[in-house]
Formats: sequence, C-alpha cells, structure tokens
Amino acid sequence: MTGAGLQSLEALASAIPNGASVAIPPDYSFVAMAATRALIRRGARQLQLLAVPQSGIQADLLIGAGCVESIECAAVTLGELGPAPRFSAAVSSGRVAIKDSTCPAIHAALQASEKGLPFLPSRGIIGSDLLKVRTEWRVIDNPFPPHDPIVALPALKPDVALFHAPFADRRGNIWIGRRRELVTMAHAATRTFVTVEEVRDLDLMDDETLAAGALPSLYVSVIAEAKNGAWPLGLAGFYEADDAALRRYAELASSEAGFARYLGEVLGARQAAE
Amino acid sequence: MPPRFSQAELLIVTVARLLEGVEHVAVGASSPIPGSAAFLAQAWAGGETRVTVLGSRRNNDFTDGGRELFDCAAQGRIGAFFLGGGQIDGRGNVNLVGLGHYPNLDVRFPGSFGSAYLYFLVPRVILFREEHSPRVLVPQVDFISAPGTSAPGVHRPGGPHALVTGRALFSFDKTRTRFRLESVHPGETPASIRATTGFDYDDPATPATTIPPDEKTLALIRGPVRAAIAEVYPRFAARLVPPEAA
Repeated sequence: MTGAGLQSLEALASAIPNGASVAIPPDYSFVAMAATRALIRRGARQLQLLAVPQSGIQADLLIGAGCVESIECAAVTLGELGPAPRFSAAVSSGRVAIKDSTCPAIHAALQASEKGLPFLPSRGIIGSDLLKVRTEWRVIDNPFPPHDPIVALPALKPDVALFHAPFADRRGNIWIGRRRELVTMAHAATRTFVTVEEVRDLDLMDDETLAAGALPSLYVSVIAEAKNGAWPLGLAGFYEADDAALRRYAELASSEAGFARYLGEVLGARQAAE
Repeated sequence: MPPRFSQAELLIVTVARLLEGVEHVAVGASSPIPGSAAFLAQAWAGGETRVTVLGSRRNNDFTDGGRELFDCAAQGRIGAFFLGGGQIDGRGNVNLVGLGHYPNLDVRFPGSFGSAYLYFLVPRVILFREEHSPRVLVPQVDFISAPGTSAPGVHRPGGPHALVTGRALFSFDKTRTRFRLESVHPGETPASIRATTGFDYDDPATPATTIPPDEKTLALIRGPVRAAIAEVYPRFAARLVPPEAA
C-alpha cells in the first residue's frame, strides 16, 4: 500500500495524541467503534470531541471512560434507546465542557476549513440562546441586499478525523459511498485516521462508479484493519447494528458502576478480536 | 361501532392531516410518530409526497452527507419538518438543551440538533410532543434552542405551523405570536387542556374534537406505514399493533 500507511489498530489509537481535537461522525454514518475501544484501552485523555454534527454511543463511551475534556456537538443521544447517560451526567456536572451547536453550523464551519476560509456565514440561529453561549459566533450584516443580519461561524479545523469504512484499496484510497460528511471531515482535519473492514486488492480510481464514492489517500494519514469495526453500530449497506448489544449498553451505562461493568465486559472480550 | 384505535394512531392521523399538499416532508431524529404521519400522508397522496427520513436508507435519497438536509431546506425544497422539545413555550420557542441554568443544568437533554436552522427555513414546522403537561408546555423556556418568531429583517421564510400533543391540536398565529386551540383529543375537554397547559393561548368558544382515524386509515397505519417506519424505529413499529391483537 502506498500513500496512507497500514498500521495496527493499537498503533492507530496511539497515534491520536492526548488533547487532540477529534471529529467523529453520527451513529447512522460510518463510526470507528473498534478504534474507540482501542482509545479507551490505551487510556486516551483530554480529547476535544467534535461530533459531526451529533453522536451517540461513541461519544458516550469516550466520556464515560474519562477520555474527554470537551465536546462540541448539536446533540448526543442513544436515539430510540433514550438519552446518552454518561454524556448527560458529565455535562450537567461540568466535568466535561460543552460547546452546544446546531447541525448546519458544524457542517458550515468544517466547510470553511475545507475551503481555507476564516469563516462561513449561516442563515438561522439569530434569536437562539446558542448565540449567547457561543461567544465566538458573530452576527454581521450581509453586505449584499437585503442587508439582513447573518451569523458568521469561525472555521473548525480538527486535529484528527476518525471514522470506519467498508474498505480501502491497495493505494490507500477509502470507499465511503455516499457518506459525504466523512469527506468534509477529512478535508477539514489536519490528519485523518480510518479503520476499514478490509483492504481490497484493487484501485478505486480504475472504476468510475467506485471512484465516485472514494476518499483519495491524499487526505488519509493512517489506515488500520478492523473487522466489524463499527460494532455494535451498523455499517449501512454492509451489516446491521447489534440491537441487543446496544440495549445492553443503554441499560448498564445508566449508572457509573454499570458503565464500569460494561467496560470490563466489552473491552476484554473484544480485544482478542480487535 | 367505530373502530378501536390507539393514542399513537390518533396522533399519526392528526399530524398527517397537517401535511396535506406538502411535496417533500423531512423527518429528523427521534421522530417515530411524525415519521409514521409522513408515510400516511404519502399513502393518501398516492405516493406523490416525497418523504425523507434521517437515518433511513430506503427513505433517504440524499447523497451529499449530513449537510444535505439543511442545504435542501435552505433551497426551499422541504415543505414540512418536525421539532420536539423538552420545553415548548407559548411563543413557540423550543428548548432541546436542558432544564435549569446553562451550562450547569439540572436536567440535560440531547441538544439542539438542527432546530436553530430548520425552524427558520422550513415553511411548515410541526411541533410534536406527546407529553402535554405544565412541565413541558411552559410560560417561558429555560433555554431557547430555536425561537418561534424573529425580529423583522431576519431572513425567516419558515416557522411554527401547529403543535400536536397527546391531548390536543393547536395552530400557531404568527402575527399574534400565540397558539390557538384547534381541537381536543377524544376524552379531553377545553378545561382539561387549560389545566394541563403552562402557557396562555387563544381558544374558540367551542373547540372541535380531534377526528379519530377511520377503518381505511387504520389499515394504512397498521400495514404500509408500520412497515415503512420499522426500518428506522423497530421498537416503535413493534408496539404499533392493533389493540384487538394486543
């Protein structure tokens, strides 16, 4: 493999330094859960999470395990399974700092970095208390008619983008299909770390239909293989979420003791496979 | 004898009626009843209504990632959307962040999602919250995730259209910036709504009773609607069984 280097899952997790800002995709996208467990195993600390634009079990796990100092997000929830308990507890107590946002503001701020711009303007938001708590957001005058007030969102440039994908090719290009937020994350981030189900002996650029869903290795720093790397979440089009495992998490994570038990059960049991 | 129906079925039909004539309905996070209503409206329109469900593969043709829903709304291509709220106040402000003094909240909710944007841009935003109580429908929200109305000069083609709860249906009057009671669900009275609503609102002399779903509508809800919503909300779909079968 040329371009991005193929490394072990442990090496990938070790290459994400403590204190790094880490952009992660939503639960319905391609989430690097095996890498998340590897980060917990290596005792990652003070991560500054950026949920693009929301997260679920991934952020909740990292927060519960003490890996997170702050989180910027439009929401964190376990969806049909209810609130994200470790997130709710940590944010209410102030143990984890929160930068509350709204989905399109996170997308736009990453797009600003994609384009090398200092900010992007956004509609909406004016009159929301988000403007009061996000003091770096500014209301400016649209310089063009109708000269209405508009919100300027400073660019977000995460140190790391981290996600899982169905496969990489032998040159380190990643197939992401239509999960284009992963492309935006990779364009905006300084370095992108990707786990994949497998490395296939082909070149995505040889086939236009595959190339259309590819993230070029140009943007990718590290790749590691992780079979079922999104578990217990699903990988849309490849495998479904493990409903029972997600339910088990929601039950146990509702208390700190239960969460510790979950970590004990899952980290050890999965390590052999990961 | 009129058919038996569940609370969920009544709410689905109530929300679906509000979607008449909308070409494209988008459904966001944690929205099984609004999602079911969108599929019912689609069935009524003979499949002509486009329904986009966040988190779905079968009912989501977006190919530009997470931002496309918002870009699509900004382009004016989404006619209706749904917002919930841990708190909703009488001016249509919604709070999805939490209770108490920010940031050290007494109760933390998931977060504002896309509300601070879509509420401004989607013409027909339907507020949906099954719990109808003074703790949810409050005089003033603790945190404004998204405001019900905006000052003149702020770009705002969208906003609140109606509020559907487990007890009643309200419309929203943008000029008066107040809700108006449109109908009370079977079993409720104007007095019971007044007693369980924490904010002031307008009401007609004799509010209507929300019309329950008929046999044909129930068959749609229990058939194609239930099948469609099961992809994203399997637990909800499993509960959406006819009362006589339960």
